[in-house]
Amino acid sequence: MTSDDRIYSKEHEWVMIESNIATVGVTEYAATELGDVVFIELPEPGAQVGQGDAVGTIETVKSVEDLYCPLTGEIVEINEAVLDAPELVNESPLDDGWLFKLQFSDHGELDNLLSAADYDAMIGG
Amino acid sequence: MTDASKCDECGRWGADLQDNLFAKGGAGRRGVMPPVWHGDDVDATLPASLRRAEPCDLPSLSEPEVMRHYTRLSILNHHIERGMYPLGSCTMKYNPRLNERVAALPGFATLHPEQDEADIQGLLCACKLLQDALCEITGFDACSLQPAAGAHGEFLGMLTIRAFHLANGDADRLEVLIPDSAHGTNPASVVMAGMKPVTLESRPDGRLDLDVLRAAAGPTTAGIMITNPNTLGLFETDIVEVARIVHEAGGRLYMDGANLNAILGKAKPAHMGFDVVHLNLHKTFSTPHGGGGPGAGPICVVSELAPYLPGPEIVAADGVYGLVRDETEGRPSIHSFYGNIGVCLRALAYILRLGGDGLTRVAERAVLNANYLRVRLEGILQVEHGDGCLHEFIASGVDWREKYGVRTLDIAKRLLDYGVHAPTIYFPLIVEEALMIEPTETESKETLDAFVEIMRTIRREAEEEPELLHQAPLVTPVSRLDEAGAARKPDLRWLGPCNCG
Amino acid sequence: MPYTPHTEQDIRAMLDAVGLPDVEDLFAAIPAAVRARAGLGLPASLSEEEVWRVMSNLAAFNVGQDELVSFMGGGVYDTYIPAAVDALSSRSEFLTAYTPYQPEVSQGTLQVIYEWQTFVSRLTGLPVANASLYDGATALVEALLMALAKTGRGKVILPETLNPRYRRVVETYLKEGGADILTAPRGADGATDPAGLAGLVDETTAAVVLQTPNYLGRLEPVDELAAALGASGALLIALVNPVSLSVVRPPASYGASIVVGEAQPFGIPCSWGGPLLGFLACTEDLKRQIPGRVAGRTVDSKGRTGYVLTLQTREQHIRREKATSNICTNQGLNMTRAAITLALLGAEGFKALGEANLKRAAALRAVLGRIDGPTFPCEGPVFNELVVRLPGSASAFAAFARGHGVLAGIPLDGFAGCGAGDLLVAVTERRTADEIETYGNLVRDYLEARGDD
Repeated sequence: MTSDDRIYSKEHEWVMIESNIATVGVTEYAATELGDVVFIELPEPGAQVGQGDAVGTIETVKSVEDLYCPLTGEIVEINEAVLDAPELVNESPLDDGWLFKLQFSDHGELDNLLSAADYDAMIGG
Repeated sequence: MTDASKCDECGRWGADLQDNLFAKGGAGRRGVMPPVWHGDDVDATLPASLRRAEPCDLPSLSEPEVMRHYTRLSILNHHIERGMYPLGSCTMKYNPRLNERVAALPGFATLHPEQDEADIQGLLCACKLLQDALCEITGFDACSLQPAAGAHGEFLGMLTIRAFHLANGDADRLEVLIPDSAHGTNPASVVMAGMKPVTLESRPDGRLDLDVLRAAAGPTTAGIMITNPNTLGLFETDIVEVARIVHEAGGRLYMDGANLNAILGKAKPAHMGFDVVHLNLHKTFSTPHGGGGPGAGPICVVSELAPYLPGPEIVAADGVYGLVRDETEGRPSIHSFYGNIGVCLRALAYILRLGGDGLTRVAERAVLNANYLRVRLEGILQVEHGDGCLHEFIASGVDWREKYGVRTLDIAKRLLDYGVHAPTIYFPLIVEEALMIEPTETESKETLDAFVEIMRTIRREAEEEPELLHQAPLVTPVSRLDEAGAARKPDLRWLGPCNCG
Repeated sequence: MPYTPHTEQDIRAMLDAVGLPDVEDLFAAIPAAVRARAGLGLPASLSEEEVWRVMSNLAAFNVGQDELVSFMGGGVYDTYIPAAVDALSSRSEFLTAYTPYQPEVSQGTLQVIYEWQTFVSRLTGLPVANASLYDGATALVEALLMALAKTGRGKVILPETLNPRYRRVVETYLKEGGADILTAPRGADGATDPAGLAGLVDETTAAVVLQTPNYLGRLEPVDELAAALGASGALLIALVNPVSLSVVRPPASYGASIVVGEAQPFGIPCSWGGPLLGFLACTEDLKRQIPGRVAGRTVDSKGRTGYVLTLQTREQHIRREKATSNICTNQGLNMTRAAITLALLGAEGFKALGEANLKRAAALRAVLGRIDGPTFPCEGPVFNELVVRLPGSASAFAAFARGHGVLAGIPLDGFAGCGAGDLLVAVTERRTADEIETYGNLVRDYLEARGDD
């Protein structure tokens, strides 16, 4: 379920903005579609990343999906908990299953992301 | 939940799970010991800096205990003599035991690969016979037996194409076109050969789209990799035109020969315009799967590609066989020695036994079996693109999902309860809830009819008691396994100490 | 028509069901021009007895290690195969079973793989092993590819004393990836020179390969060589004879990140060089880069222990072009044979096997050492192979010995500074004291016949 306190990407990520820090995770839709997550690769803190870059992977038993970066900036924090317990992404994708935080400066890039309503429309919900 | 007694025909599997080997036996027990040294005493001590400090912690079992452990483990397996494996693109046909006897002949099995040519005349003759036979079957000019598996053959085939282009000054030809219906080894092999796979969107029936192909083929095209019949069991009817387009663009055609069983004696890859093909001896040519190998993936090529095959070449003059070793730079080598020769000998015995007439009958009966199964499954499974299917066909479980809430995975697991191995599922990727069914020619009409009845029963179960399918399999030694747990926290070896029995 | 059940009646009934008049109609999709040329110009089918006759005759034209006394090694060895190995591996349940993609009906195969992984892990000292690769050469390639991918660097170092056949395979594979290959030179004693290696390793090195025993039979000075990697961050890859791990230090003890080798000596016939059995083990942090199939232990829905193929997302059928390797089929039945062989040997048998090899190598050295003429250019610790230098041509001696029913070894001319007189001689547990004595006599006779040169 989407909410208006976040914005979304076409790659099924949610983004929560607090001034110039963006917290990123995958949506409930994505977590359900993926199935049991078994392994996650996250970017290194300090890494410089661009909007649309593939910065990590999410693996299930039968598939590997790239994790994309919704904004240009620098990774400031990653959620170590999901590295040890990838099932958090299935259990709590919007909360404990957050993936990484990045510091960004170009607020113009937010226009490239989707509102909750647009994302819902995209997934046909 | 209904219990397994509903499944009277399959009954109990009749085998027990076994403790790990490393938890069995007891200190001091001995199985097989090496021969005792009867010569003079000599000091054979290693320097301390190189010596193993602690003996390797291995279990200690007597021979009868070892026999029992592995025998009981074996009974936990499905195998061809237990029941059918209708696995699309795997060609799980009967593995003739004559082939095993032949490969085990000491005159073959004890040959060391460094022995002189004079010691291996019969072996060289056998290899040449096989190479010539595979060339005759495929229409090509030269053959390499070095690849140890199909994917290994794909890699070698890609290397020959790359070497060919480099020799012609076409270093920029780096793209290999691959249909989206292809097996995963195809793009992986292209990458390993230093080239770039470019995916071609197929038509819905998995056949190549000529317009898409024309747009993609050009001066950077090294070649195209095609399975024919394709992974939906359909023959690429436009293959001659496809070859023309690719050749005109300067590329070469590679055929993935996994589905050769459908066209033995009915179509030769060389005549379709291909330049290289790999064969799976453990599919088309009956060598056993062994639980995952060893197989063999020899390749056959047109004469223009022959200079890029690994050496040495086998030549015959006046009844004497020799190896022409090419030591010059550039000849590839992808195996320590000459390939999986033991597997090749099995395939040769099979080819001799069947002969040209027999191999042609193989294709006829494989295709007949598949088509018979396809029409008899009407109303039970939704067959996709069934018209003109050759040795295998695709069905989709989408309508079962919609009507009964069961998925192809559930159908597959329930089949295990009825003594049949599941077909290939969720491949090719372009068909939703796919099942790919290939009975092969060694299954009888009765077995096929029984399979149809089993599917009919499972459909009824799906309708009346879908939970049975969700819980399946029920009578196998283990039920569905926690694969997610195995991937999250991999447990890949036994950690307990040995010899505490 | 062998192996198919169809009678004319069956065929007729099935064609009727399909609605086609003739079997040929099934192939209508094949273009006529292609159909017309498809006839197979092969001899007609033979009865089983006739095939047996043909193949037996071909086998009879060969002279193998069952008829000759073999001192040939170089990666593949004349070892004894216990009868129980043949009996168990010829069971249909192991022989004809498919790859264990449906684990519920493949627990036999899967548990054998898990136990094999355990064997490899204990022999090498490293925690993670896979279900096997084609052979030692391709296993080495896979190890190098893992190191290149993991470090992101572009250079690898191979020892001069690396098995030359393996070197050719490595060069074939790595040429395409653009990786640079450097060579660490041997020292005068036939082992790799640690100072030479240290001079080559730097932070652009992805991996250093150490083969021990090396192709000259020498056990390498592993601690000094490992130390030569310093703080470079290069990964140490050890290529070993797994039989030697019974008595020689496991590679984990000197810091190897990946261990590979050829496990043919464990119950697998030489069969003119294939099928063989490559093995690979690695450290925990490389687990997700490991190629090939891997079996993991888990539980089923009723809590029973079971095994599944796991970490499959590395593999080609999922990653496709991003796969760590294109490998699909492994060497299943050979892995089964090797596991059974190790189970039969057990702790004591395995240790005794290693000691049997050391003993016979020492005996060979002693016998040859008593003869006037042969010298030993690569003096130092060995496992079961050593280099003897003969006056004149090693090939000529080999031909002489062959005339007396002995395979004398592998001439080394041109390899790693070896000359025309250098011969690589191997022993296994099968070589008796008499056979080794005979070898010495042959050298003596040969040198006498040559006269003085």
